[in-house]
Amino acid sequence: MSLLRVENVSKAFGGLTAVQGVSFALAEGELLALIGPNGAGKTTLFHIISGFLRPDEGRVRYAGEDLTGVRPHDICQRGMVRTFQVTRPFHRLTVMENVLVGALERVAQRRQAVKVAEEILALTGLAEKADQLGHSLTLPDRKRLELARALATGPRVLLLDEVMAGLNPTETGRLIELIRTIHRRGITILLIEHVMRAVMALSQRILVLNYGELIAEGSPDAIVRNTKVIEAYLGEGYSGLDDDGAPSRHQGTKEDT
Amino acid sequence: MILRIVIGLAAGAALLLLPFVASSVWQNLLITTFYFAYLGQAWNVLGGYAGQLSLGHAAFFSIGAYTSVVLHTHLGLSPWVGMLAGAALAAVVSQGIGFLGFRFGLRGFYFILLTLAVAEILRLVALHLPILGGYTGLFINFTPNPWQFQFKGKIPYYFVALSFLGLASGVVWLIERSKFGVYLVAIREDEDAAEALGVDTFRYKMLAYAVSAALTALGGTFYAYYQFYLQPNTVLSMHHSVDIMIRPIVGGSGTILGPILGSFLLELLGEFSRTYFATGAAGLYVVIYGLLLIVVVLFLPRGVYPTLLGWVRRALARHA
Repeated sequence: MSLLRVENVSKAFGGLTAVQGVSFALAEGELLALIGPNGAGKTTLFHIISGFLRPDEGRVRYAGEDLTGVRPHDICQRGMVRTFQVTRPFHRLTVMENVLVGALERVAQRRQAVKVAEEILALTGLAEKADQLGHSLTLPDRKRLELARALATGPRVLLLDEVMAGLNPTETGRLIELIRTIHRRGITILLIEHVMRAVMALSQRILVLNYGELIAEGSPDAIVRNTKVIEAYLGEGYSGLDDDGAPSRHQGTKEDT
Repeated sequence: MILRIVIGLAAGAALLLLPFVASSVWQNLLITTFYFAYLGQAWNVLGGYAGQLSLGHAAFFSIGAYTSVVLHTHLGLSPWVGMLAGAALAAVVSQGIGFLGFRFGLRGFYFILLTLAVAEILRLVALHLPILGGYTGLFINFTPNPWQFQFKGKIPYYFVALSFLGLASGVVWLIERSKFGVYLVAIREDEDAAEALGVDTFRYKMLAYAVSAALTALGGTFYAYYQFYLQPNTVLSMHHSVDIMIRPIVGGSGTILGPILGSFLLELLGEFSRTYFATGAAGLYVVIYGLLLIVVVLFLPRGVYPTLLGWVRRALARHA
């Protein structure tokens, strides 16, 4: 049975259609990647699924319930949590406190929440930086913190919005391992990603979004050979094997500073 | 640890003995300091911790003051009880403003304007409502009876003000250590990120507003029975709202010691400029006071307390 079901979702901003009639399902335990060029509507779709935006049409179902009009905190409490593409650490809180905010969603007792947070910090490799302030972190650590905070809420579904962007190959490799570990723990993951190395290494199935519409869906092998996808996104000659970064013309995705 | 206990005991003893050795002027200065530190602490819950800047706390202050005075003069209810009614009413009003502001997503300047507008509306209401004394305001006849919140001499007021400050600081101390406090700070730092992590931002902002408004209202009752006079253009002015918020901002908003330190600094600064610059050019002391404020805000933008703390930590790290 599918845990998350997106049904015919559309969203327009003024005259611009960001997402058009998108439907897909995410099964429990699956690791699904959502790829596509910048501006294809991937993040808009995330905003809709996580409750930050209301779709103009269509609905999102999670664990059999309609999420239309359900506020983000409520969706998180039901077990689906998102990260932000532009990292949003709580600047004047320490790394520990940042993760504590997430952990308190699961356990109300502060002492127990600290324990949960400590475990998560160890898992995500941030334990040594627990006392640093959020704003002092480097980009790779900020990405980890986004992930750590989301994990601390004890999610069933993790929505990851470009957690690899701006990382060097070594860091990317480490983060791939981390996500794999998290997935192995039974957490269902939906991943927006430009870094094809990560997409190929992690995903069991790929969705491709272009100009707000789904243009392809399939296994990683099928997707890299799909002519529509090559034309819209990957580019000629993409093999999916020797590439550390995003497809060449999409490199240099803007990250926060 | 032992050093801390010694310092704590010494400070406690000093606070207990101070009013008995201080002159009347200094007694008044200390009472005002505690009282504004108390109001600052109340404002701090919403403005400092939750990061929702209110420029209309004079409204809650006045709701507290007028409620207890009206209940006292018309129904003979002790202000000790009346102030609880005032606090409850202020909390209810805060929920109205909060609902308008937070439900419709007003942030930053727009929320500030909303709070300011509500205080202005209440000022106009108070100016035209006979039961509140209109323009002339309300006078309270002095009857020295502690049960009526009226005391002979300043010393009892000193201890009441000190207790109020202790109470508010205790509340903030508890908030800081609770889930509620962590959530408030997360909301201040990044509301969307907090919401994404399961924080019901609307609910916690409303709760912070209620606590802040109720505490502020209690301060209004203290003022009424210390001054024995309430006038809309004084207690409901924007100037008064600024007076409430300026101390925590100068001292360090979102910290428990900020409002207290800020209150001491500004009271001493005010007294100093009044003493040394009051003669000669009229109003010069206000200019000096303003200039000193600007210096603080410019050079210590996070407030005095966090800046001092940073210096001390760095100094300690260097010697370690």
